[in-house]
Amino acid sequence: MDTPTTAVIDRQGLDELLAELVSRGYRTLGPVVADGAVVTREVTSCVDLPAGWHDEQGPGRYRLHHHDGNGRLFAWAVGPTSPKALFFPPKEVVWRAAAGENGPVPVEVEGDDRAVALVGIRPCEVAALRILDGVLSGGAVTDPGYRARREAAVVVVAECGEPAGTCFCGSMGTGPGCEAGFDLALTEIGRGARWRVVVRSGSALGAELLAGITVEPITGTDEEARHKVLASARARMGRRLEVEGLAAALEAAQEDPGWAAVADRCLSCGNCTLVCPTCFCSDVEDVSDLSGGLERRRRWASCFDLDHSYLHGGAVRPTVQSRYRQWLTHKLSSWWEQFGTSGCVGCGRCITWCPVGIDLTEEATALAAGRRTVP
Amino acid sequence: MTTTATSRPEPGRPSVAVWKFASCDGCQLSLLDCEDELLALAGRVRFAHFPEMSRTSTGGPYDLSLVEGSVTTPADAARILEIRRLSRRVVTIGACATAGGIQGLRNFAAAGEYAAAVYARPEYLSTLDTSTPISDHIEVDGELHGCPVDRGQLLEVITAHLAGRRPVLSGSSVCQECKARGTVCLLVARGTACLGPVTRAGCGALCPSLDRACFGCFGPSDAPNVAALADRLVGDGHGRGELGRLLRTFNAGAGPFAAGSTALLGPDPEMGSPDHG
Repeated sequence: MDTPTTAVIDRQGLDELLAELVSRGYRTLGPVVADGAVVTREVTSCVDLPAGWHDEQGPGRYRLHHHDGNGRLFAWAVGPTSPKALFFPPKEVVWRAAAGENGPVPVEVEGDDRAVALVGIRPCEVAALRILDGVLSGGAVTDPGYRARREAAVVVVAECGEPAGTCFCGSMGTGPGCEAGFDLALTEIGRGARWRVVVRSGSALGAELLAGITVEPITGTDEEARHKVLASARARMGRRLEVEGLAAALEAAQEDPGWAAVADRCLSCGNCTLVCPTCFCSDVEDVSDLSGGLERRRRWASCFDLDHSYLHGGAVRPTVQSRYRQWLTHKLSSWWEQFGTSGCVGCGRCITWCPVGIDLTEEATALAAGRRTVP
Repeated sequence: MTTTATSRPEPGRPSVAVWKFASCDGCQLSLLDCEDELLALAGRVRFAHFPEMSRTSTGGPYDLSLVEGSVTTPADAARILEIRRLSRRVVTIGACATAGGIQGLRNFAAAGEYAAAVYARPEYLSTLDTSTPISDHIEVDGELHGCPVDRGQLLEVITAHLAGRRPVLSGSSVCQECKARGTVCLLVARGTACLGPVTRAGCGALCPSLDRACFGCFGPSDAPNVAALADRLVGDGHGRGELGRLLRTFNAGAGPFAAGSTALLGPDPEMGSPDHG
């Protein structure tokens, strides 16, 4: 068998891929336009995908525009929800018991056990999943639910040709191309009648899926087109962040007056942490019901909540300034010590979905100014 | 308050009393709305005083008093002291009881002018110049916010009381509930004036899920920054009057909303006049 690892497909090939994933029993999720944004929903064919849609993103602002006729399905950057929610759900019952004669009796917690196929996630999101894997699966502790869902999942990444105004994956080394962490990688090339997708397999399952759909052999022109798309995207990143020396500079900036200035604008609403594809803070709550049943629930939490740093007697981080500093320095600085990577992948969600448009790249750059040591 | 019998403690079945002050009854009605849980609840507690449910009323002491409404009359200011004296725990429920409610608008105006505009013989009224939360008058053991309160939170407070544990309630923003349920942000994606970022969670982000921006009926979150949100919305072209009135809808008297709305409207806004339609 000479199964190609790289090929070219058209809409028919993509339709076949989606149908194949559905027929294999995957909960097949892809990008769709709903409620004024590109969000993740179940998809069955290309008809469901955001053909012709393009997003305009800036600090605290997101708008979709439609351009007829170009036929592109992935000409938008990341939407408000990241794949984090699928593997590390916002709310999860981790243990349940019913009242029994001699005390509580554990009961099985049922959920949607179908494995997920993620179609059209972006390279920065693949990078974010790799970071989350290190935190929740395979590091010091393993979350069994997260791990099971991740291992069962199929990842079909769509490389980026149209970065948004808040994107800076180019600075973080997480995009716009993708070289690992996927089963299949898609790259849109051409427009209109010449629209095609370069497909590369990154796993045995990916190769198997590729072998089952209608493909054309890839040509040198197609390869060149893919590289042009990525180069063009890299050149049009909306934002950039200089990471050289940043972690140490932010650590040295703990007492900078700039934290107070950003705290004046910060709503401490927690949006940045919940849209972040790598923020993993959670709270565990034990509740009882009227029948004597018990439940242990885990839900997303945010370091911007006053309660989050509550120890006996009060909150350790009572000011917005201290909470914003905790978030930014963890994400860009102490994450390195803790997990060996940056906690930021440059997706720009914290900038776009901040209700007052606080720009992480701007704040971090200002706080690090004059504190970077050149090796 | 009618007292027809003396309350005797029943082991394992604590007594609950529900009290009404200046309010619309909607919050205590939320308790009757717990249709699926009502029988189980009645099996675990004894409703010693709950006029909306039963005309039978027994005297105190009460294990748990749920208090709805704000204090707007001298008689109510005295009555709440007596309720505190008779109750082991007092939990206030709803925007009126926790922040003075819609009628808290009088705090920003001359209450006498309102009375004169509405009543032919206002001299028969005996009211206070302000509508104040219960916590201004007595020490309360817990507060449930919202207009009305969330049924689930109401049950949680009673259930936690029965189990002798702390109720699970969040002081974070409504935004976090939008994010948890996957609702696309109305403020960022459409520019709608939404109070979610400064409003206390607890409703499950109900309004945004139905395409309506948050009205702030749960009042301020634990750490709201109303001024910064107002700056952004004014910058987007929303009027200062519109935003000030939004903050004065349900929780006008709640500290951060009162300060934020006064900063937007000025100390003597047009809405303070009883003639304002």
